[in-house]
Amino acid sequence: MNTAVTKSCPTLTRPKGAPVYLDYQATTPCDPRVVEVMLPWFTEKFGNPHSRNHLYGWEAEEAVEKAREQVAAIIGADSKEIIFTSGATESNNLAIKGVAHFYKDKRNHIVTVVTEHKCVLDTCRHLEQEGFSVTYLPVKTDGLVDMAELEAAITDKTVIVSVMGVNNEIGVVQPLAEIGALCRAKGAFFHTDCAQAVGKIPLDVNAMNIDLMSISGHKIYGPKGIGALYVRRRPRIRLVPLINGGGQERGMRSGTLATPLCVGFGEACAIAQAEMGTEAERLRRLRDRLLGGLKQRLAEIYVNGDLDHRVPGNLNISFAFVEGEGLMMGVKQLAVSSGSACTSASLEPSYVLRALGLDAEMAHTSLRFGMGRFTTDEDIDFAIDHIVEAVEHLRSMSPLWDMHLEGVDIKSIEWAEH
Amino acid sequence: MAYSEKVIDHYENPRNVGALDKDDGAVGTGLVGAPACGDVMKLQIKVSAEGIIEDAKFKTFGCGSAIASSSLVTEWVKGKTLDEAAAIKNTDIAHELALPPVKIHCSVLAEDAIKAAIADYKKKSG
Repeated sequence: MNTAVTKSCPTLTRPKGAPVYLDYQATTPCDPRVVEVMLPWFTEKFGNPHSRNHLYGWEAEEAVEKAREQVAAIIGADSKEIIFTSGATESNNLAIKGVAHFYKDKRNHIVTVVTEHKCVLDTCRHLEQEGFSVTYLPVKTDGLVDMAELEAAITDKTVIVSVMGVNNEIGVVQPLAEIGALCRAKGAFFHTDCAQAVGKIPLDVNAMNIDLMSISGHKIYGPKGIGALYVRRRPRIRLVPLINGGGQERGMRSGTLATPLCVGFGEACAIAQAEMGTEAERLRRLRDRLLGGLKQRLAEIYVNGDLDHRVPGNLNISFAFVEGEGLMMGVKQLAVSSGSACTSASLEPSYVLRALGLDAEMAHTSLRFGMGRFTTDEDIDFAIDHIVEAVEHLRSMSPLWDMHLEGVDIKSIEWAEH
Repeated sequence: MAYSEKVIDHYENPRNVGALDKDDGAVGTGLVGAPACGDVMKLQIKVSAEGIIEDAKFKTFGCGSAIASSSLVTEWVKGKTLDEAAAIKNTDIAHELALPPVKIHCSVLAEDAIKAAIADYKKKSG
């Protein structure tokens, strides 16, 4: 079931002086249409959806079940297969740990990919410490999984294969249907982290043979603090829960459901499903406008990750000879993120970009641009001018840019790595 | 991460960006860091016949703190003798710019750049 989205997409006004938001892979604002349907569930309709004895509980339960159907609809699932969680991190933990623990006596091997989100990789590391064996597959230079390598990695001991739908840094779309068919043929469960994929590309759990799928609310203009795990019922997938208690969510995730968050998440799914086609087209146009504008005015810029197998709202670009964090400081009127993880406590460049075979020096020069529902042509034009200005300024004071102009290959120099 | 006002000032208005003629006998050039680590600093000094640093220029590939550290040291070394310039400590740079712990390496690199430029000058002038 899907509610008709009758209201057209609103605009969001940016507070005066606030930077242009181009970080939609980090999070998205709540769509005002989503907030509107959530509000009554905070105040007058505050019931516990698990209360069976009065109207307050019944109406909350009805709202939660409608939301469950909206979430199921966007991935072609049955609503009974949707478990609400606190977000995609919890969903990934529940899927991988839950399956691994339930089937551990029969199978003890997990296959995943080096470019997965940290919450998948860290979960797998944790399971390794418990004695499971994990294969971390490399990716090709375009960021995609090599199907022959995946096939070779799956053994009769493999319990679960976890491959993300869309990468959060470079936006590349993995061949989910092919992976699903392979896993089904080999008898391993297929889990996919689709936090960045839902609402952006068409997904069908049955056509793609997906057994478990993680979904996030706040990546699709829904509220933060809620997500879902799709768990296939036919054939039935069993899980050991992470959270024990009153047995809500078919025993897989105890705890009182947050009715307003469920309602908002469901509405966000319904809107995304209704508008996906036109939205994808619009974002592709904005993406091409940004890339075209930058390429026209700047030399030596490179797109990281395959451009064709990619969600339309993502660009990840290396600006050679300009360090990413320095560049972010230069584009302070834009909210973007840097693949150069100098921004975090570690000084290592992005492990995702390194996995593509990118040299550390190129990984240090990258920025991620995420466009979304409220990004306008004006935002993109402003971004182009701002980026070009900052890159030119920083190149004018980059010793590496000088060397490049003089024809010196910076790889030929013996650098003292520190 | 929030930057200190001094880092932002040096980043936005870098002092002494540019290059001196590296083949000039009075010029010492220091090139330190590595692209793979995300920081490269080139610091050049021009030394007078009296042994005083009369000019300094830099170019830096790096984060805002790296740019600010190199910009700051070009200001500091000007007018100093080689021995005085060699005595500049990374802790002084880090303190002046209020660098957070994760950025201390930028000040270390700037100190290394001064020492490398002085060593290059001394090598050339024999």
